[in-house]
Amino acid sequence: MTGRYLLAGTHLGVSVAAFGVAAALGLLQALSLADIQFPHRSESLYYTSMTAHGVLMALVFTTFFIMGLGYVLAQENLGRITGRSIAWFAFWLSVVGSVAAATTILRGQSTVLYTFYPPLKAHPLFYIGATLLVIGSWIWGGVIVASYHSWRRDHPGEPIPLPIHGMLAAIIIWYLATAGLAIEVLAMLIPWSLGWMKTVDPLLARTYFWWFGHPLVYFWLLPAYVLWYTVLPKVAGGNLFSDSLGRVVFVMFVLLSVPVGFHHQFEDPGISAEWKLAHTVLTFSVVYPSLVTAFTIIASLEVAGRMKGAKGLFNWIGRLPWSDPFFASVALAMIAFIFGGFGGAINAAYAMNSMVHNTAWIQGHFHVTLGTTVTLTFMGATYWLLPRISGRDLRLRGLALVQPYLWIAGMVLFSTSYHIAGLRGLPRRIYSASLTGEYSQWHGLSMVAALGAVFLFASALSYVTVVAATWLAGRRIPAPAFEFASSLRPPVASIWDRFGLWTSVAVFLIIGAYAYPIIQLLSHHRYGSPPYQPF
Amino acid sequence: MKVEFYEKVWMCAAVGLLVLFLGTIVLTAANDAVHPPSHVETVDPMALANNPEFGNPAVTVHTDGSVVVSVVTTMYSFSPDPIVVPASRPVTFRVTSADVLHGFQVVGTNANAMAIPGYVSQFTVTFKKPGEYIVGCNEYCGVMHHNMVGKLIVSKESE
Repeated sequence: MTGRYLLAGTHLGVSVAAFGVAAALGLLQALSLADIQFPHRSESLYYTSMTAHGVLMALVFTTFFIMGLGYVLAQENLGRITGRSIAWFAFWLSVVGSVAAATTILRGQSTVLYTFYPPLKAHPLFYIGATLLVIGSWIWGGVIVASYHSWRRDHPGEPIPLPIHGMLAAIIIWYLATAGLAIEVLAMLIPWSLGWMKTVDPLLARTYFWWFGHPLVYFWLLPAYVLWYTVLPKVAGGNLFSDSLGRVVFVMFVLLSVPVGFHHQFEDPGISAEWKLAHTVLTFSVVYPSLVTAFTIIASLEVAGRMKGAKGLFNWIGRLPWSDPFFASVALAMIAFIFGGFGGAINAAYAMNSMVHNTAWIQGHFHVTLGTTVTLTFMGATYWLLPRISGRDLRLRGLALVQPYLWIAGMVLFSTSYHIAGLRGLPRRIYSASLTGEYSQWHGLSMVAALGAVFLFASALSYVTVVAATWLAGRRIPAPAFEFASSLRPPVASIWDRFGLWTSVAVFLIIGAYAYPIIQLLSHHRYGSPPYQPF
Repeated sequence: MKVEFYEKVWMCAAVGLLVLFLGTIVLTAANDAVHPPSHVETVDPMALANNPEFGNPAVTVHTDGSVVVSVVTTMYSFSPDPIVVPASRPVTFRVTSADVLHGFQVVGTNANAMAIPGYVSQFTVTFKKPGEYIVGCNEYCGVMHHNMVGKLIVSKESE
């Protein structure tokens, strides 16, 4: 690891380690749900490991990966990281926070799942640790923004490099989203968990949580999109089909990612139907930039295939570099998103949500989206990043190539089973599928899902092994250059680069979507809840 | 900004698709009142025992024939259990929680709502098929969450 990339590499290392632990816990959960016995299987292990799995995957693996990727993109596209020592401070803050939160989880003091809905109460250090992780990520965002401003002073009037454009969009979404989380945790949960406040309103807390919880998925997805737009076409041997539409897409996410949280609260009392419908309209609007992305990326791949001499209608697909681990991983991630995206549209479909709300369908759904589209993209990106930041050749290349296929195979079994089981009414997050009377109906599907989980774990293990082997024992090579795709038409500076403007519009939309319902909520005669720790 | 012809076609088609989806949702919401449960009513979760309705949650048949089921969820049971309701008649559920968040889901139907302490979830369902249904808690509520299962019996209409 050379000095320039030490910062990014260290973030990546934490991310991969968290992923490995979380994947092992995930396997235990799937086995338990299918009623397969293993040593030390118990209810409390199941719910503890579910909390750890969710927190490590959703908050630690993703956030550290995105922070590391952000530093690489800044280094390569802006030629600088402004405030490296502050960046290291942010790293250690995030590590200390993650370790503190994880410790209280593993000690069984914070079995509240990654959604930590009150009045379930975790150990105060759980909330404080999570807060430190988020503050660390805020500082990271500040470092990237400062690097951009420094670059801008040297390059007035130039278009923002597209990878940075997408990363800035992700950072803006992150700030807007975590504002909701900050209100929930700082004003409600920390004082309440310390006993300074007797009660909290669970619905108000849930509302702030989902202000954060849905845009969180775009904070994961946008860095993946950055890789699709700016790295994938290059690896495929072609050009980006449309740079300007990429910018439009990133700006649309800035505008529409946050004011959509009520689609997670369709079945909640206390929020009126009109506002749920308003958030439904906004939720369907945020599907749009992904539909545009689908065209642009597939067109870019077709360009690549044709540049390699493909002539027919579809034979460009065969000309793509399927034997490159990055390409294979990202291509499979994109295919998964076709299914994940339409599943998401079903969840968001207002009254239809009651068919799937909190059933196994939901865990089936987000394992296709976060668990495949984002995860496979990040895994593939690791194979692309690692030789470039460490100056070591990828070890066990064959394993790296098999790994994404193993993941997809596992996910087809795992996710399809849970989608079906959910439609038949299997509640989510249960220790065992042997609910009274319905055992036979759900047992078969949960067994198939458990088999899928075995494949997924094998894939995760392969990934961690390849990363560790490369890091520790990869052959030293001159580090390959970071290369980003150029677009068919050269990028131009435009209104889509004006993030100050778009952030103001986004804030306006958030106020429009949330101010009235929250004021309405606060104006009821409300009764708070004291803390409970039934674990 | 130059956009290729085929991309323009795709972008218009994508708008069309989303308008179709949203149109269906808005139309059924406006015309047939198809909404998710969105009742707004608060109740003191610490004083449910003294509440005239939730102190003794039960199935009530009003003189006009309407059926109202008051349900209290607690770790780890539903009250009343079993819930007995007539078939083919609108049944209004009113659900609240005495402790943490729970779910109230009648398996195999679209009766599915959050039970949140301090609030009353209310929704109306008509069960066409008589028989026994599982009522499951689908929101994690503690270490025995998976054991929180109740029963709903839909009886044949006797009148």
